Amino acid sequence: MEKFMLIFHGGSDVAPEMQAPEAMQAHMQKWFAWIDQLRKEGRYVGGEPLQPTGKFIVGKNKVVTDGPFAEGKELVGGYFIIEAKDLNEAIQISSDGYPDFIFDGKVEVRPVQKM
Amino acid sequence: MSNLPEVKQLVGHLFRHEAGRMAAVLYRMLGTANLEVAEDIVQDTLLKAMETWSYHGLPENPQAWLYTVAKNKALDFVRSKKRHELIHSQLADVVHSGWALSASVNNLFLENEIQDSQLRMIFACCHPSLSEESQIALTLKVLCGLSTLEIAAAFLTSDETIQKRIFRAKEKLREQQIKLEVPNPEVFPLRLDSVLTILYLLFNEGYHTTNESKVRLDLCEEAMRLNYLLLQSPTLRLPKVQALMALMCLQASRFPSRQDNNGANVLLEYQDRSLWNRELINRGFLYLKEASMGKELSDYHVEASVAAVHATAKTFQETNWKQLVSLYKLLYEMRPSAIIAMNKAIAVGYAENAANAIEELLSIKGLEQNHFYHAALGNFYQQNGDKMEALKWYEKALLLVRSCNNITILKMKIDSLDNG
Repeated sequence: MEKFMLIFHGGSDVAPEMQAPEAMQAHMQKWFAWIDQLRKEGRYVGGEPLQPTGKFIVGKNKVVTDGPFAEGKELVGGYFIIEAKDLNEAIQISSDGYPDFIFDGKVEVRPVQKM
Repeated sequence: MSNLPEVKQLVGHLFRHEAGRMAAVLYRMLGTANLEVAEDIVQDTLLKAMETWSYHGLPENPQAWLYTVAKNKALDFVRSKKRHELIHSQLADVVHSGWALSASVNNLFLENEIQDSQLRMIFACCHPSLSEESQIALTLKVLCGLSTLEIAAAFLTSDETIQKRIFRAKEKLREQQIKLEVPNPEVFPLRLDSVLTILYLLFNEGYHTTNESKVRLDLCEEAMRLNYLLLQSPTLRLPKVQALMALMCLQASRFPSRQDNNGANVLLEYQDRSLWNRELINRGFLYLKEASMGKELSDYHVEASVAAVHATAKTFQETNWKQLVSLYKLLYEMRPSAIIAMNKAIAVGYAENAANAIEELLSIKGLEQNHFYHAALGNFYQQNGDKMEALKWYEKALLLVRSCNNITILKMKIDSLDNG
């Protein structure tokens, strides 16, 4: 098994449908179900959501700026670390489970560099 | 990794209900000048919950989690404001004292204070100075946590229309400086009547809607939830409030049998009565009994009694139609309307005979666009053996009907003319 980082860009937090509390709750259940599935299969290593704010530190002079953060729909909303046989399986897991495709969310699948 | 706890599932409508509760508290806390801020805080709090919980699962106490986030957001907002900007806010007097401020905010999030805030909000949302449609939209948005899109779907109108209605309603609350309070029903009976009317309309919209969206059941549930909240207050636990609750329980008891497996409407006559919810029927009778203790007789009493007659009938044929005729007669005296006259005529048809029903129905004016009216006439002509006339009325009904469920029923009726 190899480790993969799934990086989630955009998605439900900027979707207009999420004005409705009922819709938010229903959507959250899909995330619960996905994580639950990954845990049962012993694939889930960890994950965190990220706040939409933060800082950039750039260059030799280590200049701290507020951006440039991409707009909401590009922003990284969070990540998972999962275990999979290979890249193809990690891609399959993401396309089957990631609940935010309907809101134009994107998943970046990156193999974790092995020692 | 395998010893990670199972992900807890969230049941019911936690988000929606908590949205309503938090909105009521925040409106009261921040005053009518800051209604949008209160709404934003609710929205941000739920979004934060969705984002965080999606990754980490449910916290130990989801409700407390939400309230902590909402409280902090509210405190941030209040601290950034000056006292004169918080007019009509409960916090205007304590804004400069850090300790008193957070104590006041905490206090407003205690269970009984939340209920009190919700009651105040019901009376504000159903204020008689707002149009009826605005009252409904505002109640659903603020107290029931429905989005404008969901409300628009329930009332077959556009999102924009609902947004405008809510915007205007909030403007009015601000301009008229309507206080968030629970008016004493003895001094201001109209304020309570107005609330009951809105709950009644909400329930009926969910119950009789021609629209097959999922929201319909939710509307009934919300109307019952708010009515229940009124009953929790000793000053508002009045006969007509209980009578309305009885009516809703008895009507709602029939939900399981009102649609068949294909989602088509089933007429009362053909419903499987064993599916009726006994618990709701029993509760309905309890409320009706309590409602009858007082001296007052409201339309809700009579309507609940009608529903009770149906609920106790073992079969459609065994229904006490004579009693229904007299109840509809009474209701017509209290609130003369063509619809009630139609219901009375139908009861007459079963209590006496089809010819009398036809005679009564034909004398009613104002239901030329109502498909139930035409279908009822078709039904009684059919019973009287006049197929030609029956077909004429059924076909008129078919032209007027908007919901495809009812189209199916009418087509079956027309087919039955050939077989009868």
